[in-house]
Amino acid sequence: MSTTTEPARLPTPDRALRERATFASTVGDTWVLTKRNLLRNVRLPQVLLFSTVQPIMFLLLFTYVFGGAIGQALPPVAEGEYINWLMPGLLVQISVFGAGQTAIGLTDDLSKGVIDRFRSLPMARSAVLAGRTFADLGRNSAVVTLMMLVGFLIGFRYQTSFLRFLAGVALGLAFAYSLSWVMAVIGLYVKDPEAAQSAVFLPVFPLVFASSVFLPTETMPDWLRVFADNQPITTVTNALRALMLGEGALREGQVLSSQLLISLGWIVSITLVFSLLAIRAYRRAVD
Amino acid sequence: MTSGAVDPIIEVQGVVRAFGDVRALDGVDLVVEPGIVYALLGPNGAGKTTLIRVLATLLRPDRGSVRVAGVDVVADPNAARARIGLAGQFAAVDAFLTGRENVEMVGRLYGLSARDARRRADDVLERIGLTRDAGRQVGTYSGGMRRRLDLAASLVGRPQVMFLDEPTTGIDPRTRLELWDLIEDLVAAGTSVLLTTQYLDEADRLAARIGVIDRGVVVQEGTADELKDAVGGSVLELVVPDEDRVTAVETISSATGEEVAELGGRRLRVAAREGSRTLLEVVRALDAAGVEADDIGLHRPSLDDVFLAVTGEPAGSDLEADRELADPAAATAGSGGRGRGRRR
Ligand SMILES: Nc1ncnc2c1ncn2[C@@H]1O[C@H](COP(=O)(O)OP(=O)(O)OP(=O)(O)O)[C@@H](O)[C@H]1O
Ligand SMILES: [Mg+2]
Repeated sequence: MSTTTEPARLPTPDRALRERATFASTVGDTWVLTKRNLLRNVRLPQVLLFSTVQPIMFLLLFTYVFGGAIGQALPPVAEGEYINWLMPGLLVQISVFGAGQTAIGLTDDLSKGVIDRFRSLPMARSAVLAGRTFADLGRNSAVVTLMMLVGFLIGFRYQTSFLRFLAGVALGLAFAYSLSWVMAVIGLYVKDPEAAQSAVFLPVFPLVFASSVFLPTETMPDWLRVFADNQPITTVTNALRALMLGEGALREGQVLSSQLLISLGWIVSITLVFSLLAIRAYRRAVD
Repeated sequence: MTSGAVDPIIEVQGVVRAFGDVRALDGVDLVVEPGIVYALLGPNGAGKTTLIRVLATLLRPDRGSVRVAGVDVVADPNAARARIGLAGQFAAVDAFLTGRENVEMVGRLYGLSARDARRRADDVLERIGLTRDAGRQVGTYSGGMRRRLDLAASLVGRPQVMFLDEPTTGIDPRTRLELWDLIEDLVAAGTSVLLTTQYLDEADRLAARIGVIDRGVVVQEGTADELKDAVGGSVLELVVPDEDRVTAVETISSATGEEVAELGGRRLRVAAREGSRTLLEVVRALDAAGVEADDIGLHRPSLDDVFLAVTGEPAGSDLEADRELADPAAATAGSGGRGRGRRR
């Protein structure tokens, strides 16, 4: 705008930028970060490989290594096919493992200074955690879909209706979403990506194995069975299985409605408690 | 410059920030007028990054007040964020996004519409010389390109104040010159810049004013000239033949009554309290002693001397900084490790 020969190509300071987060801007920021985090999953080969190959490897190994021996010991609804029993459980297991990526992604951003950059921008603070958990939900959905497809290919058949099957998938994903908040808290406390790896999988492994994910809990010793039957992974797995295979998949005395209700209770309360904890940990982690 | 009349763009008063027992900032006072480059100069651990983080709303001060662009940073951080740009000590760009995607994303988070963000991203990328590589994933960029991209991302919001934490550490000499030009253009376009640096030549070249920070306190403040004057008189530097060095040192010190510093090689340095009179005395004494100097010169103190006098240690006294001074391009890995460990 002047008579100088050099055109003023550099931006002059802009006073028009927003200064307050509104509801609309919060949604917008969350979407921007969700998209960014999803791209991370697709574009980093190691992340993509880990999240696709690992679940399929689990599926194939368990089906073909354990399937023959275990098939006979299952409730009749499984029709003697371990894959029918395994698939709902594996869906939960993969969702739980997948939620771990929330911690790893967050610590990665923390250690690279990306979170600092976000915090220096006039954006909604909540978008960082929301964008992270939504993206992980999206990724989990894609992984579960892929695993289901392979499952159908190698013989999985739901025994109820397509709607109930879908409801089961949705329940598994909702559970994964609630666990994302637990993982966010873990990630924000350990802060270091490598430390996050073990901090995430250490608690997850025993919880997944001491549950009905792979086998019915009946044969476990009493002390373990009591724990297994009452921990959220079992409840969610039971509800999922009853939705996909029918109530015959449940133990004596268990019914779908109560397993479903308890599962939803777990999902809602875990989400509430841990999202609050995560917000607190986020504030603490960065100051 | 008309000083006094304009409102300062940065106003820091009595800022204290401790980490456990470490008082990273121990009562910092700082006033910066708008439209200039202000350089914060200080050794490792002086508190430069901590001060930048306080100014950029990333850290709350334990005590003291901070105003940036007229906004109280502690009371209204989001209003401050709309007016500032930050390029931290380590480039915070996403390796899995392209250069353009990185800048666009930051533009969106500044509150720009998708279309404005794209347009401004293109502008900024062109200005910073990354248009050709804008479509490539940042994972394939060199360290210098990442730093430039980081800067581009901070510029997309057209901030009134830019905070640059060691903007040219770990960057090759040519890119460094480009960045200096860019910073000067920024200021010409009306942005105020506060940068930290360990390079004295950088402060000398870019900064209208310099603050020397040490152990969490701004210990000296002024233009480069004012700082040099504050250190005191001139120095005399000589280069003498190797075989005459010992004689020269004795002769000069008895002629001036000052201690002679041997700078390595064949260079000697001595304080010249009386300027050219001292020069003459030294030349005469050397002549009488039969020593012929290869080179002799009277210098004003350099910022190096200022740094030494003010902080009690030569600029870049630790090993890492030495390497950076000698070879800025080789320092990326070292400085990265240094900061990571500290960031916690
Ligand atoms: N998050 C933190 N936790 C603990 N101590 C910290 C933290 N950040 C900084 N410090 C300490 O505060 C002091 C000042 O650090 P700061 O990073 O501000 O120095 P600096 O001047 O930027 O140094 P450099 O030139 O090495 O970047 C150092 O002693 C450092 O160890
Ligand atoms: Mg620093």
